[in-house]
Amino acid sequence: MRELELYFGPQHMGMVGNFSITLKVEGDRILEATANPGYLHRGFEKLMEGRSWIKNFPMVCRINLLDPDHMEMAYAMGVEKLAGIEVPERAQFVRSIYLELARVSSHLFGLWAYANMLGFDTVSNWAMYHRDLVLDLFEELTGGRVYHIYVWPGGVRRDFPDGFTDRVVETLHSIGGCVPDYDTTFFNNKLFSERARGVGVISREEALAMGGVGQVIRATGMKYDVRKVDPYAAYDRVPWEVHTRDDGDAYSRICVVRDEMIESVHMIFNLIDAMPEGDVYNRVPNPLKWKIPAGEAYVRCESSRGELGLYLVSDGGEEPYRVHFRTPSYAHGLAILEKTLVGANIADVGNIMMSMYVVAPEIDR
Amino acid sequence: MAKSSLLNPLKVARFLLGKPKTTCYPFTPKEPALRYRGFHLNDWDTCTGCGNCAEICPNDAIEMIEIAELESVPGMKNERPRLDYGRCCFCGLCVDICPPGSLRLSRDYFHIHFDTGTFVFTPRDDKTDEEKFVPDETYSVLKASLSHRKRNYEGFSSDLDYALFEPERVPMPELPPRERKLSFVEQVIGYSKEEAVHEAARCLGCGLCEDACPAHMKISDYILAVYNDEPEESLRKIYEDNPIPAICGRLCMKHCEDACALRLRGEPVAIRWLKRFVSDSIRDYKTVLEQAPGQPTGKKVGVVGAGPGGLSVAYFLRLMGHEVVVFDELEGGGGMIRVGPPRYRLPLASIDKDVDYIASLGVDFRFNTRVGKDVSFEGLRQEFDAVYLGVGLTKSRSTGVENSEKCGLALDFLRRNKTDRPTAVTKEIVVIGGGNVAMDVAREALRLQQIQHPGEKTVTRMVSLEDWDEMPATSEEVEEAREEGIEFNPAWGPKKVLLDDGGNIKGLLCMKVKSVFDDEGRFAPTFREGEEMVLEGTMVIEAIGQGPDFSFVPEGEFEKMEFTAMRKVSVDEDGMTSLPGVFAGGDIVNINLDAVTAIADAKIASEGIHRWMQSK
Repeated sequence: MRELELYFGPQHMGMVGNFSITLKVEGDRILEATANPGYLHRGFEKLMEGRSWIKNFPMVCRINLLDPDHMEMAYAMGVEKLAGIEVPERAQFVRSIYLELARVSSHLFGLWAYANMLGFDTVSNWAMYHRDLVLDLFEELTGGRVYHIYVWPGGVRRDFPDGFTDRVVETLHSIGGCVPDYDTTFFNNKLFSERARGVGVISREEALAMGGVGQVIRATGMKYDVRKVDPYAAYDRVPWEVHTRDDGDAYSRICVVRDEMIESVHMIFNLIDAMPEGDVYNRVPNPLKWKIPAGEAYVRCESSRGELGLYLVSDGGEEPYRVHFRTPSYAHGLAILEKTLVGANIADVGNIMMSMYVVAPEIDR
Repeated sequence: MAKSSLLNPLKVARFLLGKPKTTCYPFTPKEPALRYRGFHLNDWDTCTGCGNCAEICPNDAIEMIEIAELESVPGMKNERPRLDYGRCCFCGLCVDICPPGSLRLSRDYFHIHFDTGTFVFTPRDDKTDEEKFVPDETYSVLKASLSHRKRNYEGFSSDLDYALFEPERVPMPELPPRERKLSFVEQVIGYSKEEAVHEAARCLGCGLCEDACPAHMKISDYILAVYNDEPEESLRKIYEDNPIPAICGRLCMKHCEDACALRLRGEPVAIRWLKRFVSDSIRDYKTVLEQAPGQPTGKKVGVVGAGPGGLSVAYFLRLMGHEVVVFDELEGGGGMIRVGPPRYRLPLASIDKDVDYIASLGVDFRFNTRVGKDVSFEGLRQEFDAVYLGVGLTKSRSTGVENSEKCGLALDFLRRNKTDRPTAVTKEIVVIGGGNVAMDVAREALRLQQIQHPGEKTVTRMVSLEDWDEMPATSEEVEEAREEGIEFNPAWGPKKVLLDDGGNIKGLLCMKVKSVFDDEGRFAPTFREGEEMVLEGTMVIEAIGQGPDFSFVPEGEFEKMEFTAMRKVSVDEDGMTSLPGVFAGGDIVNINLDAVTAIADAKIASEGIHRWMQSK
């Protein structure tokens, strides 16, 4: 049979215009896949070298619009490590609650994309609606819905407003009440599970060799989560579980996402109960002339899609000397995607890509 | 998970019968959160135009523009931020850095317009711009735009706990009142290097202070140098405009700090103490400044008075290459600064440090030489190409009440205390006056009492016409004097000095003050009839102000000198008096009556003298 080169994106029903894959296909079967990033390259890392430490704070979140909060967190942790800034205990709890809300919101967004990709419009609309409820919480806490610009070096930007935790609990309960509906309509729905099982399988060894993190390796049965192995914020102050599946396929990955979301909700409840009183911000030096001692720092946190690393170098000046993000989608969207697409059907390209929750802005930065 | 069935998903069809969860905006309005980060609001009345918002904006979306209808005053520029909403990312850093807290974000976020120019916008708020901010009943979301906004719709606003500036200054270490009143040791200890760097870090660099400083010193620059741990560079910046940093670093009236943007919701940057830190931390000015007099011009200038003005004029002219001779009747430099401020505020060593540096540039100081007695004023005019008068106010005024000739006078008292034989004080002293000199007199008297009558009960009383709120002394002076135990009697005026049979003072009869100033703000005290009291005291010192002493100017010349309505020497824009070649500045010219204004006058006059001599 004749081989054909097929362009999947950047303009394609299953692609949003910022990423593309060139497929070599034979009939319906993919022989080779080449990921083409670069459509969204904005040069953030270079840009940050020319901006003061504080001016980078409202910008880092924009690297990844689906999960801006972990970008803020990584940057704040990096600056704090370099400058030796202590963060108040309450701020650590506020950060954890905030980041778990971000995880829920990001996962719901991922669920929207995935369900939408496979034609489960009801579920995707639910996910989008529920994400909106979480965004309402963010709006109340930070004043912004998408870019929250909230976790800054030294703590967080404002304390919880009065009665905020009650509304968090209330909202999460109302979303949690719909889990059985999600299960029936999506996760346990044969129409979905049959399409996702056994698709895009990757073994743990392969995944690790290619830099896989987050759901990709947890779906291969490996209990690896930065929040456990290298705890930050208040993640070591409350009990919680790392959820895994064993099959390494698209279905396992999305089920890990589902379990993780539920775990996040429980964790938020525990964090709220254990949260101490006190300050949430240790004032940083005057940001207009803030210099950070020369040195380098590597910090990492568990973003919604896996381990997010930041390598930050200061030469003692008012701006970073070098900034580099290690983003999960870089490994997932390039190496692992290219590998798992081989042998798959054309119809499963979007399926596999979204099960790994590839976010193109993260690859390009 | 439950056993799956193909029909299971159909269960969700029940939602078709329920009420929809989504809202139909704008028919079902949704209020933004209270912290919403929408369009800007700016209270023009409290905005200082400092421009820190523009400085911190990560997208250069803010530009400071001059507003013609506003007036620039010290501490408040006539500039206001203008937003470019094509660039703004609504991060709110501008709100968190705003020192007065005038810049806030609102909950408005609608603006749809075919003209992109409308997205460049100078925000105001509902208080000052009623036209654009409409009440709820006339507000319509369909008309919502930057010029149709809701009233009382404040969103993300400034919170001092989370502000990006430090509202509190690094406390200055000082001797406690109990300890300091026992001696003349300098009360203010001075910042350590760490404290100074920490305090310098607070400065936002907006430069409001520089506009307010009479000498327009490059304050932001020299504070930045302190922050960068470069006191040498800082000293060089200071010397561009002020050649007496050790003096000014101790007793400047700090108009700059009154204009500091941080003062509005916190404490101003300790600009004066930072200047003091710089001058104290450099032992030898000469090696740091590396200044040399300019090419000799062959012109000679005579300066009368080695006070701040005289010293400055000598310094600036010497750098231009002119020969300068300074005459002063005192035994050292500093003029009234040497006589007035007590040693616990300004040690003589600090004065000498500044004076010695100016002398090292080749300025010829002739101390113990009184113009009008040891050398004649006319002689100076003949000998020198130009003469500068920086004589200050050297004559203490007296209240002139009955028996006032028995009282001591402030300047005599202060001057004598600088010598080896200070005034012998009694155990009960009354000081008349409410200004800074009166505070100096009272606090010195208190110290002398402690030294001369150790372990005995002593009392120092002050009486001033002005009430607490109108007392001309700075609030810190008043506060420190109270801490040391000085007894205040505000709003009482002296009527008569009471004498005992032997003609010695036994007290001061005072009358209750009704008002100090008349309706036009002129000094015209009135008293309440019949309300009197006696302040007991065996020594009374009058410290009610000083006047100029022009006795050194020959009568014929004095008549030619012009004076302003405020009885100040009238000078032109070059600082020249109506006598050709005679320039003047300082307390005899300006109404601020402080060292830094004298320096400012001296700067103008030195330029004027230079031009005048060149043209001759």
